[in-house]
Amino acid sequence: MEDYILSMEHITKVYPNGFVANRDVSLSVRKGEVHALSGENGAGKSTLMKVLFGEEQPEEGKIFFEGKEIHPEDSISAIKMGIGMVHQHFMLVESLTVAENIVLGMEPGRFGCFNKREAFRRAGEIIEKYKFTIDPRERVGNLAVGDKQKVEILKALYRGAKLLILDEPTAVLTPQETEELFVQIRRLQEQGHTLIFISHKLREIKQICEHITVLRGGRTVGEAKVSDVTEQEISRMMVGRDVMLEIEKPPAKPAGTVLQVRSLPLSDRPDGPTASFDIRAGEILGVAGVEGNGQSELAESLAGLRPVERGQVRINGKDIKGLSVRKIRELGLSHISEDRMSYGCAADANIEENLFSTTIYQKKYSHFGLLRKKLLDRRTDELIKEYKIKCAEKKEPVRMLSGGNIQKVVVAREFSGEPALILANQPTRGIDVGATEFIRKKLVDLRSNGAAVLLISADLNEVLEVSDSLLVLNSGGVSAYFPDASAVSEDLLGEYMLGLRQMTAGEIGGAVHETKA
Amino acid sequence: MPDILRSIFSVDFVYSALRLTTPVLFAALGSLVADRAGVINIGLEGIMLFSALTGVLGSAYSGSLLVGMLCGLVTGMFIALIMAYFSLQMKADIVLTGVAMNLVATGGTVFILYSICGDKSVSTSLSSLVFPTLEIPIIKDIPVLGDILSGHNLLTYLSLVAVVAVWFFLEKSKPGLRIRAVGENDHAAGSVGIHVRRVRYGALLLSGALASFGGMFLSMGMLTYFSKNMTAGRGYIALAAQALGNGSAVGTFFASLVFGCAEALSVSLQGVGLPPQFVQMVPYVATVLGLVLYAALRKRSKKTVRKHKRRKRGSQ
Repeated sequence: MEDYILSMEHITKVYPNGFVANRDVSLSVRKGEVHALSGENGAGKSTLMKVLFGEEQPEEGKIFFEGKEIHPEDSISAIKMGIGMVHQHFMLVESLTVAENIVLGMEPGRFGCFNKREAFRRAGEIIEKYKFTIDPRERVGNLAVGDKQKVEILKALYRGAKLLILDEPTAVLTPQETEELFVQIRRLQEQGHTLIFISHKLREIKQICEHITVLRGGRTVGEAKVSDVTEQEISRMMVGRDVMLEIEKPPAKPAGTVLQVRSLPLSDRPDGPTASFDIRAGEILGVAGVEGNGQSELAESLAGLRPVERGQVRINGKDIKGLSVRKIRELGLSHISEDRMSYGCAADANIEENLFSTTIYQKKYSHFGLLRKKLLDRRTDELIKEYKIKCAEKKEPVRMLSGGNIQKVVVAREFSGEPALILANQPTRGIDVGATEFIRKKLVDLRSNGAAVLLISADLNEVLEVSDSLLVLNSGGVSAYFPDASAVSEDLLGEYMLGLRQMTAGEIGGAVHETKA
Repeated sequence: MPDILRSIFSVDFVYSALRLTTPVLFAALGSLVADRAGVINIGLEGIMLFSALTGVLGSAYSGSLLVGMLCGLVTGMFIALIMAYFSLQMKADIVLTGVAMNLVATGGTVFILYSICGDKSVSTSLSSLVFPTLEIPIIKDIPVLGDILSGHNLLTYLSLVAVVAVWFFLEKSKPGLRIRAVGENDHAAGSVGIHVRRVRYGALLLSGALASFGGMFLSMGMLTYFSKNMTAGRGYIALAAQALGNGSAVGTFFASLVFGCAEALSVSLQGVGLPPQFVQMVPYVATVLGLVLYAALRKRSKKTVRKHKRRKRGSQ
């Protein structure tokens, strides 16, 4: 035990809504090492770290830090014990200087006066000690992202952190900044600090970490010495499949092209990657990839929430550039947003209002400017029945429903009315198994009846199971196109997702089905 | 017309502008402290009104100026405390809480006044004590400048001291640093162990204390009695002044001075035969103009900032 600085044993964390985020998870970190904590989104990494940092209280399990059992009640007590956390979203006050941010909450000075000179001196001292290159007098708001991250690390060090948790530190960094961060991590290690490095980038884990613990679906998959395993093996540990939901799926019969996407940017950068693909009627195109590689940008562009400034998007031959969301919807688009509560529904409005929020302006629902309440009530009852929405009554605010039922309301609205193109972005995220199965089935039914479907999902089971063809995104843009999703193994998919493999432009070009006129 | 110009470019005008700046300045500084902590204190008007009344009552019944002042001060802080309790603890909307306080003050002060003095508009039946005026030794002998700067009420000088004190407090003290941190990013402040709510309580209390002096200046300096609704919207003008001051104590002082001048202008215009109702609009029109100007300027600067940011991101 003596060479372990931290051991978390049999941690179980159940959220109040019944979601089990960690189930009997254990993590042991040796003193002075860089330990990778890895796994897919939603695998329970963040929850585990929140438990360690005192932001969540576990239902079961013990935490030992430096040989003593600890019960961090909040982040402040965790900091006092010597645990520091560098959040993915920085906790910095932008208008203050680097030094002020570092000492905030433990400011030097007597009689209520803030001794700025002493703050600069202390900040300079700690910057010097760890050989960071950063000016303590600079305002944080003027710093680049990589430097802001350094300030976060310095903040933790100033508070005496012996164990530093870095939450996906490289997600926001450029390759050069990442290299710099790794140099800093080595320096911290030389000074005797221990680091937990949360990441799912295999190359980085290989480069910087000694041991790795992999979580999947809230459980520990295993711990390994990084030098003993290959990237492929780690990838398999991370994305290995659980139980599959069986869906009856007749073979696809693709017809004419519904959606044409050409050179659509996947990020805000002018030199960033773009995507080109087609979706035909009666086809589900799945988009797989680690989140944050352009999925949101793609969905927002298609849905009209982000102006198409470069590239081209055509729905049934019509360019959507400059069209309003309503006009795009009138072309036959329906959109299940990844952010259910912000874009998917109006939480305080009732079920009926939500079901008709996108169509209420249509002539058929009103009569001389007054709504045809009876018709709406009848349609609502039908939809509630058809989509098995569990609710007390149709005038119940959507907020009162469970996540799965809220999503069913969204789906009922979007799927009724014979959409030509369905944009389903994380349609089953965070909802229960029953609703998930129902929504997947509906998607397949609609496509069999001739709808084109773009399915964006972080759930690999889902993309592999539901899609007909498959597009894979990684940080460099589109890394692969598979015309037949059922022929893809999860190992292979994982390697494309994590950037270990890359198809040629010609192979990816298969996603474009130019109709030969 | 020359009459107007002569009255504006006179020593009296500048003197009265300084005098009329005082109540707005106190309240604007109060607004500044609260605003920097991320809570907007709409209740300044009500705080001033209550303090104006309790200052008069306290001094009249005790016969001591100090007791009167303490009454006004405690009242102001107490009302700020009520606002803080409802908005910070009970999570009520701070704007609505402030508006409610102002409404309570409008009716409440008249009610208290009537219960005590039997008069619904003024407290002349009580003999309130008044803050003294000061002649500043050497300065008073300087021609022109002496007439402008010397001979003001004690509170006018105190308000100028308060500008420096608030500046020092916000920029140079530990609590000030924490107020700024909390106001800008309460998550960040909370994550390093700062008690966000406690800091906001403190800022609101200080805000109430500052505004209370503005109220007392009205009833125990400018006038010698409390009169119904004597703040006449100065609490709101102070909010505008603070916004124009762009978050700094010195900026707030100059913005308040603009409103002091507008009010002095309205007073001197009354002497030249313009309709009084029209003339009384001046300070409020100045407020509206000031806010429009401020919004326009800010919009432009924001735009440039955004452009700059985009360019920066683009080059990465």
